[in-house]
This record gives sequence, C-alpha cells and structure tokens, in this order.
Amino acid sequence: MNTIVNLLLKRLGISLVTLLLVSAVVFLITNLLPGDPVQEMLGQAATPEVVEALRTKLGLNQPAYIRYMNWLGSLLSGDPGVSLANNMPVAELVSDRLPRSLMLAGITTLVAVPFALFVGILAASYSDTRVDHFISTIVMFVVAVPEFLIATIAVLIFSVHLGWLSAVSYAPQDPTLQEFIATYALPVMTLSLVLVGQMSRMTRAALIEQMQQPYVEMAILKGASHSRLVLRHALPNAVGPIANAVALSLSYLMGGVVIVEVIFNYPGIASLMVDSVTNRDFPLLQACAMLFCTGYLILVFMADICAILSNPKLRN
Amino acid sequence: MKSLYRYLGITGLAGLALTLFWVLVSFVGPLIAPYSPGEIVNYDVFLPMSWEHLLGTDYLGRSVLSRVMDGARFTVGLAFAAALLASLLGTGLGLFSAVSGKALDESISRVMDALLSIPNKIFALVMIAALGSSIPILLLITAITYTPGVFRIARSLAVNINQMDYIQVARARGEGRIYLASVEVLPNMIHPMLTDFGLRFVYVVLLLSSLSFLGLGVQPPNADLGSLVRENMSGLWEGAPAIMAPAAAIISLTIGVNLFIDSLRSSR
Repeated sequence: MNTIVNLLLKRLGISLVTLLLVSAVVFLITNLLPGDPVQEMLGQAATPEVVEALRTKLGLNQPAYIRYMNWLGSLLSGDPGVSLANNMPVAELVSDRLPRSLMLAGITTLVAVPFALFVGILAASYSDTRVDHFISTIVMFVVAVPEFLIATIAVLIFSVHLGWLSAVSYAPQDPTLQEFIATYALPVMTLSLVLVGQMSRMTRAALIEQMQQPYVEMAILKGASHSRLVLRHALPNAVGPIANAVALSLSYLMGGVVIVEVIFNYPGIASLMVDSVTNRDFPLLQACAMLFCTGYLILVFMADICAILSNPKLRN
Repeated sequence: MKSLYRYLGITGLAGLALTLFWVLVSFVGPLIAPYSPGEIVNYDVFLPMSWEHLLGTDYLGRSVLSRVMDGARFTVGLAFAAALLASLLGTGLGLFSAVSGKALDESISRVMDALLSIPNKIFALVMIAALGSSIPILLLITAITYTPGVFRIARSLAVNINQMDYIQVARARGEGRIYLASVEVLPNMIHPMLTDFGLRFVYVVLLLSSLSFLGLGVQPPNADLGSLVRENMSGLWEGAPAIMAPAAAIISLTIGVNLFIDSLRSSR
C-alpha cells in the first residue's frame, strides 16, 4: 500500500513541476513580442505620459521575473486579470464558457473511450486477420483527415443532404432531450471519430505487445480459449499502457475541441481562445492556454492513477 | 519496378504515387496552371466542373484548379520545410542529450516533456498570438511545435544505440564524444528518423491546414489548401467543387504519405 501512495505522490509532484514549466513557457512566449503592447492598445496619438501611466497600471515596467511571479500568483488566486479586448475580468469570461467546454469534452470522452477500447480489443484479438486489416485501414483514413474536414463532411451529409441536424450548436440553457441531441450530435461525432482512431490504434498495439509475452504462450499451451486468453490473461496486464494511450489521445481531444467549437459556433473556452489570438488579448489567451494544459495534465495524472492501481505487481 | 512493388505492396505503391503527384504539382503547378491564382476568370461564382473551368470557380469567380495548384505549393512546401527543420532540431538535440552527462540530459528531457504536455494546437495558437503568422514565422512555429516529439524518439533511439557493444569498444578505443555521436550513433538512427520525418510531415500538413482554416495560418493574398476550404465554406450548401477540391487535395496528400510510410515500416 505504501509503495502505491509513494508512487502516486511522486507522479503528482512530476505533474506539478511540469505545470510550472508549462506556465513559464506560456509566459515566455507571450512576452516575446517585439512591439510595445501598450502603444498598440492606445494607438499612435497617445502621449508618452499616458503610455507610461498605463504601463505602470498594468505592471509592465517591472522586470520579467517579477511579472511572471505576479502573473502566477494571480492565476493561483483565481483572478488572472482583465481582458484587453472588452475590459471584462478574465475569470468571468472563462467561468461562463468553461462548463460548456467541459460538457462537450465529457460527452465525447464517454462516447469515444468505450467505443475505442472495444474496437482496439477487437482488432488485437483478431490481429492479422481480415477484421484487423479492415479496422486498421479505416483507422488510418480517419487519422489522416483533419478535424475541420471531418466536421465539414459531417455537415454536408447530415445537414445539407439529409437535413437531420443543424450545422450550428446553439447550446440552449435548459435543453429538452431533442435539443440536447441536436446540439451535441455533430460536434461529438466529429471529435469522437478522430479520438477513436488514435485510441484504438494504441490500444491494439498495447494489447498485442502483451499477447507476445511468454505467459500468454503458457496459457495457450494450457489450453485456454482465445477469448479467455485475451480478456483474462492479456487485458489486465495491458490496462496500464492502455490508460496511457487514452491519456495521450485526449491531447488530440484538446486540439480537436478548438476546431470543432469554431466550426459549430459552440460557445466554449476554445472559441474564446481563438478570439483572443485574433485580438492579441494576452491575459485571456494565457488563462485559456493554462486551462487547456492543466486539463490535459489532470487527465494524464488520472491515467497514471489507473495504471498504478491496476498494476498487480504493486498490490500486496 | 517489380522489386519496388514487392517491397511496398499495392497500397504502398499507391501511397508513393499520390505523394509524388503532390510533390510534382507543388513544383510545376504554377507553370502549368491555366490562370493566375488571383485572377477573376468568370463573373459567376461557385460554378460546377466544366471544360472551360475544370474544377469550377470559387466564391469570387477565380479558377479553383489554379488556386488548388498554388495552394498545394504552400501546403507541401511549408510542411516539408517545417518537418525537416523539426527533424533536424529534434534529432540533433536528442543525440546531444543522450551523449551528455546525466544532469544535462535530465534537464533537457524535463523541459521537452513539459513542451510535449502542451497540446499541439494550443502551443501553436499561443505562438501565433505572440509572433504573428507570416510565412517564415509559420514555418518556425510548426517546426518548434513538433520538435519535442522528434526529440523524444531520437533520444530514446540514441540511448539504446549508445549502450551497444560496438560503442563500448569505440569508447574503450579512446574516441571522443563528438566522434561517437556523429560517426558511430547517428548513422544507425537515420532510417527510423526518416520514417518519423514522413509522419511529422503529415502532422504539419494537418496542423497548418487547421490553422489556416481558423484564419490564423497562411494569410491572404496567399492561400494554402486549408485557407481554400475556409474561404469557400459558403459553397458547402451547393456542394461546389470550390470546397470539395481543396478538401480532397488535403485528404489525398495525407493519406498518400501515410500509406507510403506504413508500407515502409511493415516491409522492414
């Protein structure tokens, strides 16, 4: 039991160090800008005194490491400043949108993970047969097509030709079941397709690696049936690598959400982030980027927990 | 030809053909394109395919065929350069890290791991906000985005090779680190790194066209294949070739390269 706790604490420590490094990278990049953001905000007509005053107000006349510390502190205290584009507090803008993005990502995960595991296990247990080749071919096609084209094709089929679903996600406040499905069907389908492709491929690889181990050969010689071989012997040992594969693929989910929210006009955090890039609204951009990275690291950490807890060698 | 077929298989050969086709288009496209990509050739927009305009016209009445040929030049050229830069940077850094002392190796790896934990698109978006999206900057941004991934593979390869007997022998012979890294380790990394380069190329095509689709990649008057899909979105309702053609171009390019790389890997 102690080893497990120690391992988990160690992983948590690594995640926190990574997050700190990520924040440094995000801060560094957003401060690389050669021009003067204050001058840009105020325009050419601003007098040097006004520029200087705003610089002081925004704390831009302090050295970079102090600004970094201040920024980090403001992130941790939950008040990452004011948006440059519309003078609203970043926290307010983000808290409006965050639940919607979490909802989209959550539904996608619930749909994609079980389906991907099923497809991956199916491909692995029939490896090198027609079933496997068929799945591999489809997966390769899906993975090679960018999300925005999958979304475009989905709109073309389901909205234009069949007329079943609207091409825009309204995300109403208290949706009926029908509205709910109409809102999420296309975005979730688009995201899931890419995710299932990535995940099932890695699940298959992890399981096949286990199938080549000596203990599986032993089980074959013992006369265990094929399904018992895959599900009882190989699968429990592959849970760790599969959990890792799932976490890695969820990084595609983070990227995919960006595209899908923009295409379907879904009012989530990713479309907010794309707007902040267009407006060069750095406080908002930094906050959004950190949210995405934190979300991803939490998912990876959860996968680590699964991998550690499922490892029979660590159980007493 | 026969041995090539035996080596790659039918799918690999198809992939190679598609890849070569797009490389060819991006080189000679501007020379054989029927019109200049910016020229308005017809006052009717979103025209269907015809003998006069093979792939119809776009949302401003420009020749889609000419624009796709020009767009392929940007997509293929930029992705090739960025993937090459990422491979060179990542391999060099990975090799350097693997043969360096433990402390340096650890710290480089830690930073690269941190960079890897930033989702690609988010990383690219942050850099675009800070640096803009002119063509050279886009090249740099997509290259930097994929360098940590290359680094990870190159480093683990180099660490494995570094422990082999013949390296120990060379070390015992008194060879220096630079000699070991460049003459003994690097040549054995080249084949897997070439395969990795192919995959990176596909990733860069996907990232770059996604960025352009968001309007944050290649900026007008230039247009890559992703920008072409974006600007002709309003033609989707009529299924105009103006949007189908660039979409098909992206898909056939990425699938072609994927098929080719896949067959290379399975033939080893």
